[in-house]
Amino acid sequence: MSFALETAAHPEGLRRVAIDPVSRVEGHGKVTLLLDEHNHIQQARLHIVEFRGFEKFIEGRPYWEVPVMVQRLCGICPVSHQLAAAKAFDRIIGATPITASAERVRRLMHYGQILQSHALHFFHLSSPDLLFGFDSEVARRNIMGVAQAHPEIARKGILLRKYGQEIIRITSGKRVHGTGAVPGGVNKLVTALERDALRGELPRMLQWAQEAVGLAKQLHTQNPALYDQFGSFRSNLLSLVRPDGALDFYDGVLRARDATGRILLDGVGDQRYLELIEEEVRPWTYMKFPYLRSLGAERGWYRVGPLARVQNCDFIPSERAEAERAAFVAWGRGEPVHATLAYHWARMIEMLHAVEVIGELLEHPALLSGDLLTSGARQRSAVGMIEAPRGTLIHDYDVGDDDLVTRCNLIVSTTHNNQAMNEAVRAVARDYLDGRELTEGLLNHIEVAIRAYDPCLSCATHALGRMPLEVELLAPDGVLIDRLVKSSQGELRHDLTSFGALAS
Amino acid sequence: MTPQAPVAPLLVFGWGNLSRGDDALGPLCLERLRAAGTLAGEADFLDDYQLQVEHALDLVGRQRVLFVDAGCRGNAPFEVSRLSALRDASFTTHAMSPQALMQVYCDLQGEAAPPCTLLTIRGERFGLGEAPSPRALDHLGAAVQWARTWLAS
Repeated sequence: MSFALETAAHPEGLRRVAIDPVSRVEGHGKVTLLLDEHNHIQQARLHIVEFRGFEKFIEGRPYWEVPVMVQRLCGICPVSHQLAAAKAFDRIIGATPITASAERVRRLMHYGQILQSHALHFFHLSSPDLLFGFDSEVARRNIMGVAQAHPEIARKGILLRKYGQEIIRITSGKRVHGTGAVPGGVNKLVTALERDALRGELPRMLQWAQEAVGLAKQLHTQNPALYDQFGSFRSNLLSLVRPDGALDFYDGVLRARDATGRILLDGVGDQRYLELIEEEVRPWTYMKFPYLRSLGAERGWYRVGPLARVQNCDFIPSERAEAERAAFVAWGRGEPVHATLAYHWARMIEMLHAVEVIGELLEHPALLSGDLLTSGARQRSAVGMIEAPRGTLIHDYDVGDDDLVTRCNLIVSTTHNNQAMNEAVRAVARDYLDGRELTEGLLNHIEVAIRAYDPCLSCATHALGRMPLEVELLAPDGVLIDRLVKSSQGELRHDLTSFGALAS
Repeated sequence: MTPQAPVAPLLVFGWGNLSRGDDALGPLCLERLRAAGTLAGEADFLDDYQLQVEHALDLVGRQRVLFVDAGCRGNAPFEVSRLSALRDASFTTHAMSPQALMQVYCDLQGEAAPPCTLLTIRGERFGLGEAPSPRALDHLGAAVQWARTWLAS
């Protein structure tokens, strides 16, 4: 099936550019536009080429290696993959539940991960657009520019992230690609010295996280004409929630709401995700399009991540974040907030909640002592699901009697948001690019919309604030009339010559 | 961990990838300096895969900083250079320069960065999965000796 502006009505004679997957592995996005003779947009597509070879790499490997292996999917949220895999293999070895100490350590690790990832996204990647303007001077539209113009904001953002990374280091062994979570539990606890160091920093982290919510809220509410409308569209929302309806990043049951806020499904255990979610393949991109089976591909696509989570839950189980959630929900005046840019506001509410939960966990004695591991009756198949910073992350495995993985299916957050990101690109293309000559500032409008979803393509490139992008203008007869290429170095050039292989 | 915590007056910061041949020279240098066990409380030894913006705040409160990296160019066994803050585009890459890091420090702290020195140990091969080359390990030995002198000075 196809959505408005996804496929031109009369693409006859057009040739499609085939991008070599090797050069597009994680971190490269491509937007193509088809224009009519009046330069009106007829087609807009965001292509993301995610190399899904991991699912094959993992087959044949011992299950206990997998929580470490899958972290190589991402340099920003390896903890999420580590924990999702560990949760699946907990079930495989019958470790359900894991010990109280292991769950506390894992939760601390995960909420530290949410904190560092959200801080990275808001302060390092998005704040330059939000503070300077989408078409502001490109040379300062980056974290260095923020450090120069708003040193206090940059400093707090950097230290918030650093605090999250320190939590990961303590609980996982390393800031990136640690080994703390293992099938059945964890391999280390937190020492009193480590706990005290984290505790000492907590008050100012709490204060800064609260200020960050205030900044995101202020940006949004002071300019609703932009923030409510930019790249906006209505969608369903999906996330895990705690069985009592609370926000929970580590564990829960699946819940989905429709665009009006009505609950579509609730209380569905994570092991049953395949009963709910179907993935559609479209010929123009490697990334699949998940949707709710009950609604079909046309009506069943949904958004995940902060915007979905903050509005899908009934409450946030921490005082400050709950107060901020109430203000956020009130902004929707009885319906969910659907604005793409509201992701930032919701993301900062989640970051505040993460700091509050970290504070609670640091006071729990099970963090310092108790059993690390447990086990029970083996099973062959299991699903591990977690709310990663970018949204619902699903790991699904089969393991043979010889302990080797025989099947693996991963649905990562960016995949869930595939349709939504394409909708955002189309909305921006329609509202800002239609009939106009491309400029760097206009190109950045597309990036701003994509960036709000915090997709893995931006973090995996490490192109801080400068996502490599290509925008092509094709006339209705398929003739390329303009191609604007932005490199990971931020260099912008018109390029009509260096096509890769062409396919019909 | 953060500037609020007490820090040692000297910082040695090395970076590189232990799984990429001679790129490991920076972390290996730190490992040997740490193992010597001298100057407890006087020097911190930090290492990472690469420099990141947030490392600028590791410079806070230091009297002197020594950066240690592997280099594919320059004189063997190592080169030493004094650094000045510089605003460049390296922060968008995997190879943020220590000069750019010093500039971040200046922007964030509103003051000049502490005196920073770069120790570049000459490497030869940087292939994934390779061990450090014998010649690079010879260079490392000489560089460690020089770093000990820097620490003691």
